Amino acid sequence: MVDREEVLHVARLARLALSEDELEPMARELSAVLDHIAKIGELDLADVPPTTHVVEITGRLRPDEPTECLPREVVLEQAPAVSDEGFLVPSPQA
Amino acid sequence: MSGAEIELLELSAARAIAEIEAGSLSATELFALYRERALAHGGHSDGGLNCFTWIADVVPDGSRGPLAGVPLAVKDLFCTQGVPSQSGSRILEGYRPPYTATVVLRLTEAGATLLAKTNQDEFAMGSSNENSAFGAVLNPWDRGRVPGGSSGGSAAAVAAGLAPWALGTDTGGSIRQPAALCGIVGMKPTYGAVSRYGMIAFASSLDQAGPLTRDVTDAALLLRYMVGRDQFDSTSLKFPEPIELPQAERLDGVRLGVPAELLNPGEDLVGAEVEPSVRLAFEEALKQAEGLGATVQEIHLPHAPHALSAYYVIAPSEASSNLARFDGVRYGLRATDATDLLDMYTRTRHDGFGPEVKRRIMLGTYALSAGYYDAYYGRAQRVRTKIAEDFRAAFADVDFVVTPTSANVAFELGEKTANPWAMYLNDYFTVPMSLAGIPAISIPCGLSAEGDGGGPTGGGLPVGFQIAGAAFSENRLLNAAYALEQAIGFDGGAARA
Repeated sequence: MVDREEVLHVARLARLALSEDELEPMARELSAVLDHIAKIGELDLADVPPTTHVVEITGRLRPDEPTECLPREVVLEQAPAVSDEGFLVPSPQA
Repeated sequence: MSGAEIELLELSAARAIAEIEAGSLSATELFALYRERALAHGGHSDGGLNCFTWIADVVPDGSRGPLAGVPLAVKDLFCTQGVPSQSGSRILEGYRPPYTATVVLRLTEAGATLLAKTNQDEFAMGSSNENSAFGAVLNPWDRGRVPGGSSGGSAAAVAAGLAPWALGTDTGGSIRQPAALCGIVGMKPTYGAVSRYGMIAFASSLDQAGPLTRDVTDAALLLRYMVGRDQFDSTSLKFPEPIELPQAERLDGVRLGVPAELLNPGEDLVGAEVEPSVRLAFEEALKQAEGLGATVQEIHLPHAPHALSAYYVIAPSEASSNLARFDGVRYGLRATDATDLLDMYTRTRHDGFGPEVKRRIMLGTYALSAGYYDAYYGRAQRVRTKIAEDFRAAFADVDFVVTPTSANVAFELGEKTANPWAMYLNDYFTVPMSLAGIPAISIPCGLSAEGDGGGPTGGGLPVGFQIAGAAFSENRLLNAAYALEQAIGFDGGAARA
């Protein structure tokens, strides 16, 4: 059902590199799971609204007030690479 | 262990608190005992259960508050400031969050002390705890078997007496199923009852934190300090009443409904059939409930057999979106020698995610991609509406819906890893409640019989009994579970040896 080309397309959308030996099992396993999931296609759901939230609540607005946030250096401490005061990422121009 | 230590180990968390408050036990002594046990039996070598990813290196001085300093184990995916929090994934290697999850903060403010972080399936995706970057967790009842998942480390630790109680999370059964397979109590609260802030997200419309404990009283006590609205989680709600400690001794007038569709799945769901031993223990528990005054009747949840399919669209779809944040930029792992930004993203994700997480990201991305959205995600959300309606209709006739928590007892390591759908079927009894957002608890109801039914059924393994109630019925649910627990009198002591 899902072929190699489709796996590669979805992997690109998901920003996920897959190695050559991952492609065939992924196609097979996705197809098998989608076969089971396809059962919901048999139900008549024409007039059924989709669930948006399981418990009925009314969205509440809160005042938009600035509050304390984490200090920059604390956040940058976790980064694999930093430059000056920001996250450093690879760039072909660098 | 000395006799005094064995006596300490026999205490539930609630009884330990009572002894600390009475001055007959020191919280520091209790913490030290559990820390020693965690170090000795919770590691991945020397026959340990591999149920911990981090263990506190100091014994705290003791703590004030109603939870009196009793140590707590916390699933890895809860952010804990300065303490490794990787959600069982390599992609968060070395991550020490700069903040703490609201629920952990609330419990520590109430006097709980952080003993350890527990192993789990990567990003909570799994039903066996075999999908962890830290390796599989072993079941203390039989080390050749899985503890269930995804909160397998929390369940194994509590069952083995390496922690008095633990926090887990449940998206489609990840608290209830491991609790069942390890012979302890596990509860998933009503969606919105507990803040999700600081939980590393899997599927946001389903994820809920809950307690894994030795008994129902401990579950109520822990839950009491977890619930409530949090300004950092807009889906969290003010719980309508305080969580009370359960007292019920009888179940007079309580109507229990057994859903026909779940207990006798059609031929479309081969593999979800209830093992004979599990059915036996379940039916025995129903008799106990009747003995306490409850009535048992068959009910119908016509759409419940479709819950698993809907779940395996909705949860992976939400996961594919939530896990987009793991790109090697801000924290955790980064692939080296990338040629450009896109290359860095895709290779980091290739190296950092395990096979099951990749599968779910792919499944979710596929289901949400152009041309498929209506056929998969749109339909699944409509099925979800029907399932919630089924439960609402059922609760007009009965007080609680009861099922076995899992169709099977703990299975052997490696038994289901080759076939994803066979593994997903482990969630068959727990997913409908998750989709409906209602609370459900699993309590141990007995042990499987030796050599029963053939197949992979092992004798002497715990069976779980699931009770589900309407939204916000936690107090009634805990009372019913407590009354039944007293009548069943399950003894989990063998796993603590």
